[in-house]
Amino acid sequence: MSTVTDKELNETVKPWTRNQMAERLAQDINDGWFVNLGIGIPTLVANYVGDDKEVIFHAENGVIGIGPTPQENEIEPWLINAGKQYITLKQGGSYVHHADSFAMIRGGHLDLCVLGAYDVSSSGDIANWALSETDTAPAVGGAMDLAVGAKRLWVLMEHTTKDGKPRLMSKCSYPLTASDAVSRVYTNLAVLDITATGFQVVDMAPGVSREYLQERTEAKLSF
Amino acid sequence: MISKFVNSVAEALEGVQDGSTVLLGGFGAVGQSVHLIEGLIEQGAKDLTVVANNAGYGKVGLARLLEAGRVRRLICSFPRIAGSTIFENMYKAGKIELELVPQGTLAERMRAAGAGIPAFFTPTGVDTLLSNNKEVREYHGRKYVLEEALHGDVALIEAWQADRWGNLTYKQSGRNFNPVCAMAAKLTIAQTQHTAELGELDPESVVTPGVFVDRVVHLPYGSPQL
Repeated sequence: MSTVTDKELNETVKPWTRNQMAERLAQDINDGWFVNLGIGIPTLVANYVGDDKEVIFHAENGVIGIGPTPQENEIEPWLINAGKQYITLKQGGSYVHHADSFAMIRGGHLDLCVLGAYDVSSSGDIANWALSETDTAPAVGGAMDLAVGAKRLWVLMEHTTKDGKPRLMSKCSYPLTASDAVSRVYTNLAVLDITATGFQVVDMAPGVSREYLQERTEAKLSF
Repeated sequence: MISKFVNSVAEALEGVQDGSTVLLGGFGAVGQSVHLIEGLIEQGAKDLTVVANNAGYGKVGLARLLEAGRVRRLICSFPRIAGSTIFENMYKAGKIELELVPQGTLAERMRAAGAGIPAFFTPTGVDTLLSNNKEVREYHGRKYVLEEALHGDVALIEAWQADRWGNLTYKQSGRNFNPVCAMAAKLTIAQTQHTAELGELDPESVVTPGVFVDRVVHLPYGSPQL
């Protein structure tokens, strides 16, 4: 790419913010779905599901029907989510133990799970738990169960790393969380479906051109 | 007459042997039997294998037990929560072994142990480092990995209410791993915030029936600190 072109492009490209990414994803959640939001950016999605839809949010530590974040004076010390943050329970909500919570996950009862990732491959592989095979402090949590169990797995992440390295790959570069699991990716630059022929772009942020997007993606894109 | 109540942490932990596998309820700070875990330091059991979702935090509970050098091996799903520096430093220094298990597999391995199921096939972890050297079998065109039941010698759990039969209720997300740990150990010890007379607990609200519980100690310690 020439620097001139890149500069010109950068003046018109308006990547989505994290909140806009969450809002864009929330538009695609259907009324009545049972949904698990992973820790990090995916948690923001709950803020953008409008009152016109009734969506039940599940926390892996056994909470079904998470409500809005509590005010300081509403905090219940025994009521937390997977990220160990205080939450509330909606009317109609309930509690289960861990084996039942993961039976719901693994047994295919979640309509949707949204996770963050280090990278995603064009065949739907996801890597989001370890930076290397000899990670100094490995931790997996519920990511592998969520990735294989939900009816749909969508990934919400920045299109590239802070250093500009691509995260949409022909093959994942980090240890896998699950293979052939992701069906859709929401980034700050685009929304992409994973199809039998790889990444299919369904939406792009304002000002993003096909060339601009492909230059920031290691895998081949279809439009 | 059945009475599972004991009067102190020391009495509750009597007989825990060196080399035991100890199952801990709790998810982060919530639902963790902090006083029983710390009681193990005074009790003296060593060379322990501890099974827990997290590796402790700050300088309380499991973190203190680790620091005291009583744990040889940790079986855990997410040892990297904020504040779990004691574990991280010991792990980097090679002072503790870690078996990393996906969270749902950890819960199901204990449930299986309590339910008389020696092993099961799960889709979780297929094609990942965590299924290395494990049997993989295909059912209906999908791959599954063989995981074995995880039995405990001792389970240390936290309840909200308990009666003298050892019937337990839990509070909100404090339930988490506690009921599955209770099922899976030879000796299940609960610390409870509140006690109830027999017949006082609504039978519909008892989550862990006393059949899974051996000893109960009343410790009204207040709210968990995140």
